[in-house]
Amino acid sequence: MTKNSSNSKNPLHGLWALTNRDLKKWYKNPIILMLGIVQPIIWMSLLGKAMNLGSMFTNFSPTLPPNIPQEQIAQVMSELSKQAMTQIFGTADYFSYMAVGMMSFVVMFTAMFSGMSMVFDRRLGFLNKVLSTPVARGSILMAKILSAVIRALVQATIVLGIAYVLGLSVAANFTILNLLGVYAALFLISLGLSSIFILIAIRSTKQETQMAVVNLLNLPLMFASNALFPTSLMPEWLQMITKINPVTYATDATRQLILYTVDMHQLAIDFLFLGAFAVVFSTIGIVLSWRYLSK
Amino acid sequence: MNGDAIVVEGLTKVFNKNLVAVDHIDFTVKGGEIFGFLGPNGAGKTTTINMLITVLKPTEGKATVCNYDINKQSSEVRNCIGVVPQEYTADEDLKGLENILLCADLYGIPRDVSRKRAEELLALVELTKFKDKQVATYSGGMRRRLELACGLINRPHVFFLDEPTLGLDVQTRAATWNYIKLLKKEYAMTIFMTTHYLEEADMLCDRVAIIDRGKIIAIGTPNDLKESLGGDIMTLSILNSKLDVSDLIKKVPRVKEVKKQDGTYRIKVEDGEETAPTIIDAVRAEGHKVTRLSLTKPTLDEVYLEYTGRSIREEEESKEGFSSQRLAMRKARGQRARGFGH
Repeated sequence: MTKNSSNSKNPLHGLWALTNRDLKKWYKNPIILMLGIVQPIIWMSLLGKAMNLGSMFTNFSPTLPPNIPQEQIAQVMSELSKQAMTQIFGTADYFSYMAVGMMSFVVMFTAMFSGMSMVFDRRLGFLNKVLSTPVARGSILMAKILSAVIRALVQATIVLGIAYVLGLSVAANFTILNLLGVYAALFLISLGLSSIFILIAIRSTKQETQMAVVNLLNLPLMFASNALFPTSLMPEWLQMITKINPVTYATDATRQLILYTVDMHQLAIDFLFLGAFAVVFSTIGIVLSWRYLSK
Repeated sequence: MNGDAIVVEGLTKVFNKNLVAVDHIDFTVKGGEIFGFLGPNGAGKTTTINMLITVLKPTEGKATVCNYDINKQSSEVRNCIGVVPQEYTADEDLKGLENILLCADLYGIPRDVSRKRAEELLALVELTKFKDKQVATYSGGMRRRLELACGLINRPHVFFLDEPTLGLDVQTRAATWNYIKLLKKEYAMTIFMTTHYLEEADMLCDRVAIIDRGKIIAIGTPNDLKESLGGDIMTLSILNSKLDVSDLIKKVPRVKEVKKQDGTYRIKVEDGEETAPTIIDAVRAEGHKVTRLSLTKPTLDEVYLEYTGRSIREEEESKEGFSSQRLAMRKARGQRARGFGH
């Protein structure tokens, strides 16, 4: 057998080739790449700038006894606003608050759509061809997850860059270590989420089903989390949901690392949850791919 | 390659516990031959191929490919086969060469080797000029050739072709046959192909198995199969189509069988050239006027008709409609795929 001698014995062969194929389809398509950049800009500039929550206190004229001087009222209100925002949002600036939430949002979205390419590969016969080659079954799934994770991280970087340009107020003690922490958190959540959505797609031949699942889950995951609004102001039942929503932990971790002074204890809990989430679902994915990729 | 390339024993696939797609089939493909799997739409051709290329698990039975068990040694089987599926599986967003190199990576072939092989294969299927063009710009025939090249990147011992000319026009189909013959000569492989084109099987295949409703109903060289019909086929019409002169024809020596279908007599005869005049004389002697006459040497068409009881043309009609519909759907899907940004 001549060809056996030329084949590498690396069990992961083909993993990068398949990952790269998915990535190429993405970065070689300028329209998709541009939409990926434009969408977060729209969200940040519309939502982040429109919902200027801090100015609620300063931009109205309260009816108060006339013996208090106007300047004093303005001063008190401004101080009040700062304190309320800092206590509830952790920062005086809502734009910064939601811009960081936006990073989780972009990562979540990219991960959710990662299952779609699995459905297309099955429908178009590409998956069958790959299955007839000696590529490890786990690699087929892992390549999908990996490409989704890389895409998600690149998109998140773009959001971070745009947010910085639009006026993100980064904490004074921000270091390169914090940045690495941000990527670690986003890596874990995208790994877990894309594993889930690729798993849903593993036997499916209908992109409609996949779309329906994504549509059903994206808003709940987004709003039942701290991505746009602090959970402390939510009703108790909703808080329960936010506590099992991985988006909450990813957002909290990134916010602590970018905006706040880091609370080591809370950060450890965030990473523990995200780590467990990622490990559990990616393992389930790889184990099930052995059973369910072929019929 | 010596010995048998594929040995199949009692291979069976049942879908959803009640749909028997392949029903206890047995056959052997000798090393170095082109073996054709001929049958109508839904006969079980693709299901059989998918089991042999280890994409589908058999419900029952066993098979070996290159002497490796498809159930227990699937990874060895995968290493020694090349597959060209029915669909165009090359990635439209990638260039031709990129597609071949992607296939090479799936086999773990080192880049320096795969580059050399890719150039060689591209030259062979005459795509060198287009290797840096996106596959989306390729014509149907070019895409088929690219699929052939992709399937050969690991120098397979057994090459599986599932409907290699489906949806191609007549010229492109003939060109594809030439490529298949050329590749066979160049690489001395065993080729297992499915087709529902009879002329394709007749022209390309050393041996043919006719499969219908999951069962193999005939197997042999195209010539053997034709000869098994036992003679030439003569068709004849007389002026008074309501009259039945079958018995009269049957009395003529060397006539083996007479069937009347829609006013036309389908007569199986030995030595058609000599028997035909005798039949005409006999019919005329009774005062009937012969209005039409034809004599054909048996084709696989006739063999197919004989064994399945129906003409493959009738099936083809619906198949063509089906495949054009499928193509349209695929196109729509392709556009949506790009729209969603995966």
